[in-house]
Amino acid sequence: MLKIKNLEAGYGKLRVLKRISMHIDTGEIVTIIGANGAGKTTLLYTIAGMIKATAGEISLYNQNIIRTNPESIVAAGCSLVPEGRQMFSTLSVKENLVLGGYVQRKQKVDQKEELQKIYDIFPVLKEREDQLAGTLSGGEQQMLAMGRALMAHPKLIMMDEPSTGLAPLIVKDIFAIINRLRDAGNTVLLVEQNAKAALAIADRGYVLETGKIILQGPAEDLLNNQDVQRAYLGRDVSTEGAQCELD
Amino acid sequence: MNPDLFFQYMLAGITYGFLYAIVAIGFNIIYNTTGIINFAQGEFVMLGGMFAITLNNILPLPLAIAAAVVITMLIGALLEILFIRWLDNPSVLRMIIITIGLSILIRELALHFWGETVFSLPYFTGNELSTVSILGAKVSPQVLWVIGVSIIMVTALSLFFKFTFTGQQMRACAANRLAARLCGINAKNMVTFSFMLSAGIGAVAGSVISPITYTQYDIGPGLAIKGFTVAILGGLGNSVAAVIAGLLLGLIESFSIIVIPLAFQEAVSISILLIILFVRPHGLFGRSDTASLKEF
Repeated sequence: MLKIKNLEAGYGKLRVLKRISMHIDTGEIVTIIGANGAGKTTLLYTIAGMIKATAGEISLYNQNIIRTNPESIVAAGCSLVPEGRQMFSTLSVKENLVLGGYVQRKQKVDQKEELQKIYDIFPVLKEREDQLAGTLSGGEQQMLAMGRALMAHPKLIMMDEPSTGLAPLIVKDIFAIINRLRDAGNTVLLVEQNAKAALAIADRGYVLETGKIILQGPAEDLLNNQDVQRAYLGRDVSTEGAQCELD
Repeated sequence: MNPDLFFQYMLAGITYGFLYAIVAIGFNIIYNTTGIINFAQGEFVMLGGMFAITLNNILPLPLAIAAAVVITMLIGALLEILFIRWLDNPSVLRMIIITIGLSILIRELALHFWGETVFSLPYFTGNELSTVSILGAKVSPQVLWVIGVSIIMVTALSLFFKFTFTGQQMRACAANRLAARLCGINAKNMVTFSFMLSAGIGAVAGSVISPITYTQYDIGPGLAIKGFTVAILGGLGNSVAAVIAGLLLGLIESFSIIVIPLAFQEAVSISILLIILFVRPHGLFGRSDTASLKEF
C-alpha cells in the first residue's frame, strides 16, 4: 500500500535521509529500527508530509503524496502517532479523541459509536473521559495518542517510539495492542529503539543507519542477524563464543 | 468622597475596564493560535467604530453596526492572508513587527479616508443627557450597553470555545499545533479564523464604546497599550483573567484621579505594565512554570 523510492529529505542543507526505498503491504507490521539520529523520525515526518522531501517518491495506494500537505495525507488514510505523545493537554480526553476524528466528520459517522470503538480497545480512556489529557499518566497518554489517531480511520498507522519512557509492563500492553490492531486488519509502521520488542511483533523490518537502509528482511531473520544483534540487541555473538572457549 | 461620586468613578472604571478586557481578549485569541501579539488589535476597534459611523449615514444603527463588524472581520482575514499566512515558519519577532507595520498602515489609511475629525455614533438609547438611576447614582444608558454587550460577548466566546467544533479546533491548535496538523486540522485556516474573530470582537467593542469615548483615526495605539497591559496583567492567553485584569486596570485608572492629575492618567497603565513585566511577567493569574515554556 505504501511504496517509497529513492526518498531524500532533510533540514535546510542537512541531508538526513539518503535514497531510502522501502514498501509496506496491507495488513503487515513493518518496523524500522536504528540508533538515535539515524533518521527514523525524519522518515515518518516526511511520509506524513510535515517535512518536504527533496527527491524521490512516496506513493500511498499508487498515488504520489510527496507534495501533498499533512492535512490531506491524514484524510487519505495515513496517520502518525508522534513521539512524545503530543496531547492537546489542556483539552479533555474525549475532546482529544473527537478532534482525532476530524477528517471523518464529513462522512457523517456516528460519533458515540466511534468513541465506543476506541473505548473498547482502551477501556482506561473511558474512565478518564472528562479528565484533561495533560493529567494522564505516560502509558494512558500513549493510549490516547493511539486512540486519537485511530479515530481518523487510518489504513496505515505510523507509530514513533511508542515505548519511550514507559514502564516495561506498560510497554508490553502497548505492544499487545499494536498486535491486536494488526489482527483487526490495520497496517502498522512501527519505529522503535526497543529493537527486540519491535522485531518480536513485526512481520518485516528495516535497519536504518545514518539515513540509509543498510539491512532489510523478515523480522525473524533480522533477530538472528549477527550485526543486528551486536548493534541493536546488545548481544555480541562472537565474543560470547570467545568467552565460552575461555571457560 | 461622597458615595455618589464614588459610584460614578466605579462605573466609569468598569466601562473602560470592559473595553480594555475586550481588546485584551482579542490579543489572547490570536496569541493562542499563533504565539504572537497582534499590535493592530487597537486598529480593529477603531475600524469597527469608523465603519459603523460611516454606514450609519445610510443604514439604521443596528444594521450599520452589524455591517461594520462583518467588514472589519473580512479586513482581519485579508490582512492575515496577505501578510502572515504565506510565511514559512516565521519567527515570533518577525510576525510581531509585521503587525506593528499593519497597525501603522491601517491608521494612515484611516487618516486618508476619514481625516482627523472626531466622530461618534449616536447613543443606542436616549441621548447624551438621558440617565438611568442606579443606587442613587445617575448613569448614562450607554454605559449599561457597554457592560451588557461585553458580558454577552465574553460569555458567547467561552461557550464558542467550549462547545463548538471550530472552537475546539482552535483550542487544539493553541494546545499543540503539531498534533492538530497530524489530526488533519488545517492550522493555517484556524489562524485566519482567529484574526477574523478578534477583528470582529474588536469591531463590536469599537461600536458600543463610540458614543462615550468618540472615535478618531488614531485611537488604536492607546487602546492596544491598555489591552496589552491587561493581557499581560491577567497572564497571556487567559480570557477570564483578562476580564478581571481589565476591570482592575479600569478601576485603578478611574480612581487614580483622586491622587494623580488627569493629565497623567495615561501613565498609570504604562507604570502598571512596567511593574508587572519586572515583577510578575507571567501575570497575576498565570503560573510561572507554564510561562517559562512559552516563547516570550
